[in-house]
Amino acid sequence: MASNRGIVGTVISRLVQAVIVVAIVTTLVFVLIHIAPGDPFAAAMDNPNVSEALRARWRAMYGLDQPLLTQYVRYLANVARGDFGWSFSMHRPVLDVLKDALPNTLLLAGTALVLGFAGGIGLALIQAMRPGSRTDRTLGAGSMFFYAMPDFWLALMMMLIFAYWFPVFPVAGAVDPIMHEYMTPLAAVADRLKHLALPAITLALLSGAAVARYQRAELLRVLPDDFVRTARAKGVSERRIMLVHVLRNALIPTVSLLGLSLPGLFTGAVFIERVFAWPGMGWVILNAVSTRDYPLVTAGVIVAAATVTLGSLLADLLYAVVDPRIRGR
Amino acid sequence: MAAESIGTSTHWTRHVVRHAGFAGGVLALIVVVALLAPLISPYDPIAQPDIIGLKNAAPSFVHPFGTDSFSRDVLSRCIYGARVSLSVAGLATVIAVTLGTLYGAIAGYAGGVIDAVMMRFVDAALAIPRVLLLIAILALWNGLPLWLLVVVLGVTGWFGLSRMVRAQVLSLRELDFVAAARAVGASSPRILIRHILPNVVPTIIVAATLGIGHVIILEAGLSYLGLGVQPPSASWGSIIQDGADQVGSAWWISLFPGLLIVTTAIACNALGDALHAAFDPRHTTGAMAELDS
Repeated sequence: MASNRGIVGTVISRLVQAVIVVAIVTTLVFVLIHIAPGDPFAAAMDNPNVSEALRARWRAMYGLDQPLLTQYVRYLANVARGDFGWSFSMHRPVLDVLKDALPNTLLLAGTALVLGFAGGIGLALIQAMRPGSRTDRTLGAGSMFFYAMPDFWLALMMMLIFAYWFPVFPVAGAVDPIMHEYMTPLAAVADRLKHLALPAITLALLSGAAVARYQRAELLRVLPDDFVRTARAKGVSERRIMLVHVLRNALIPTVSLLGLSLPGLFTGAVFIERVFAWPGMGWVILNAVSTRDYPLVTAGVIVAAATVTLGSLLADLLYAVVDPRIRGR
Repeated sequence: MAAESIGTSTHWTRHVVRHAGFAGGVLALIVVVALLAPLISPYDPIAQPDIIGLKNAAPSFVHPFGTDSFSRDVLSRCIYGARVSLSVAGLATVIAVTLGTLYGAIAGYAGGVIDAVMMRFVDAALAIPRVLLLIAILALWNGLPLWLLVVVLGVTGWFGLSRMVRAQVLSLRELDFVAAARAVGASSPRILIRHILPNVVPTIIVAATLGIGHVIILEAGLSYLGLGVQPPSASWGSIIQDGADQVGSAWWISLFPGLLIVTTAIACNALGDALHAAFDPRHTTGAMAELDS
C-alpha cells in the first residue's frame, strides 16, 4: 500500500515538474522570438511595392501591433487550448503542420531507439563476456568512433555510401515523390520502409554506440557481485549467468538512460531529417526558422520540448516499475 | 573467477591510461597544426585560383584533400578551420566550466531553500533540448559575430556540470576539515574557494576535456545549418556544409573535415575518460554521460 502511494506521489510530482518545464520553455521561446530583430514581414520590407499601410494592416491582422504582454497572455491561452495560430510560411494552421510532422519524427526516432538499444545492449553483452579480449577492444573502438561522430556528418556519409556509391536506398524524402500515390498498399509500405531505413539506421548507430558504452560498464560493474559468484558456484553456465543474472541487474540503470537519451535522440533527428529531407519536426522547425515563421517556430520548439519531457517522464515511471527498490522514493 | 574480473578491470584502466598519452599527443598535434597554420598550410585557404578549371578537383598529390566548388584547397581550409573549431570550443568550454562551477558551488554550499530553487532552475534548463534552443537563438539573431557565438555556446552548456559540482560540494562541506576551517573563523567565500573548490578540480578538468569534444561537434552541427560560424571564417563544420549539397559528386569536401572532427572528439573523450580513471579509481566508463547536456 505504502509503495503504491509512493508511485502515485512520484507520478504527480513528476507531472507537475513536467508542466512547469513546458511553461518555462513556452515563456523562454516567446521572449526570445520577440526580443530578436526582424518580424515575419521583413522580407516584404525589401519589396517597394508593399506600402507601409499594407504592412501595418498585416501586423494588425495577426495581432503583432499589440503590447507584448497582451500577445503573451493571448498566446498562453491559445496554447492551453491547443491553438498554435497560423503558419505564415505554410499558409495553414500550425497545429495541422505539426500534426503531419510529429508522427514522422516519432517513427524515425522510435525505430532508431529500438534498433539502437537492442543493438547497443547486444554489443555490450558480447564485449562483457570476455572483457579485455580482442573482440571487446574492437567493438569498444567501434562504439567510441560512432560516439564521437557528428550526426549530420554520419548521415552525409551514409547517404554517400548507400545512396550514391551503392544505390541501395533512396537519397532523400519519406516516400517516392511521384510513384507513391499510384502504389498498391503493400508497395506503398515497402516504399516507406525503404525511405526510413537510412535515416533510422544512422540515428540508431549513434544512439547504439552510447548505449553500448554505458551498458558494457554496467555489466562489468555487476559482474563481481556476490550473487554472480553464487550462481557460478551452483554450476550455472556462463552464458546463462550473463543473460539472466547479470543482464537483469545491469539493465536497470539502462532504463534510466532511456529517458536521458531522448533529448539527444530528438536533436539527432533534427539534423538527420535535414540531411535526408525527412518531413518531421526538425525539418519543419528549420524551415520555419529560415522563413521567420514565428508561430511555427514557437509551437515546434514547445511541442518538441513537451515530447521530450513526456518521454523522460514515461522513462522515469518505467524505472520505478522495473526497480522495486526506488518505489516510494 | 572474481579475481579474473578484478584483474581485467585494472587491465582496462591501465589500457585507458596508456591510451591517454596517445590521445593527448593527437590533441597536441592538432593544436600545434592550428597554431602554425600559416607555416604549414600549402595554399591560401580563401584563394580561388581557377574557379572553372580547378572546381571540385578530386584529391591528388597537389591537393591531397581536393578542392571545393570555388577551387579552394580543402586541406588548407581544414588547417585554418582547426583554429576556428578549437578556439570556439575551447573558449565556450571555459565559459561553461566557470559558470557551472560557481553556480554549483554556491548552491551546494548554501543548501536549504536557495539550493532547492537554484537546482529546480537547472532541472528545467536541462529538460530543454539544447540544440533546439541554440537553433532558435542563432536563427533569430542572424549571423552572430564569432565571439557572441562562443558566449551563447558557453552560457547554454553549464547545467550538467553545475549539478555534479553541487553534489560534491554538498558532501564536502560536511567533512571535518571544513568544520575545522569554520571553527578557526574562516569566512564562507574563503572556505569555498580555499578548502572546498580545490577538491572539485578533478571533476572540472574531466568535464572540460569531455566538453571541448562535445562543443566541437555541436558547433559543427550549427555551422552545417548555416547558423554557426559565418563566412569568410570557416570551421570544420562550415567546410562540411560547403560540400553537403554535392556529397554525391565531390565527397572529399565533406569527408576530410568530418574525419578531423571525429579524431579530435575521440581524443578528447579518451583523454577525459583516462583522467577520470586516474582521479577516481572506482570510475566506470560513461559515468560522465550526463555532462553531455
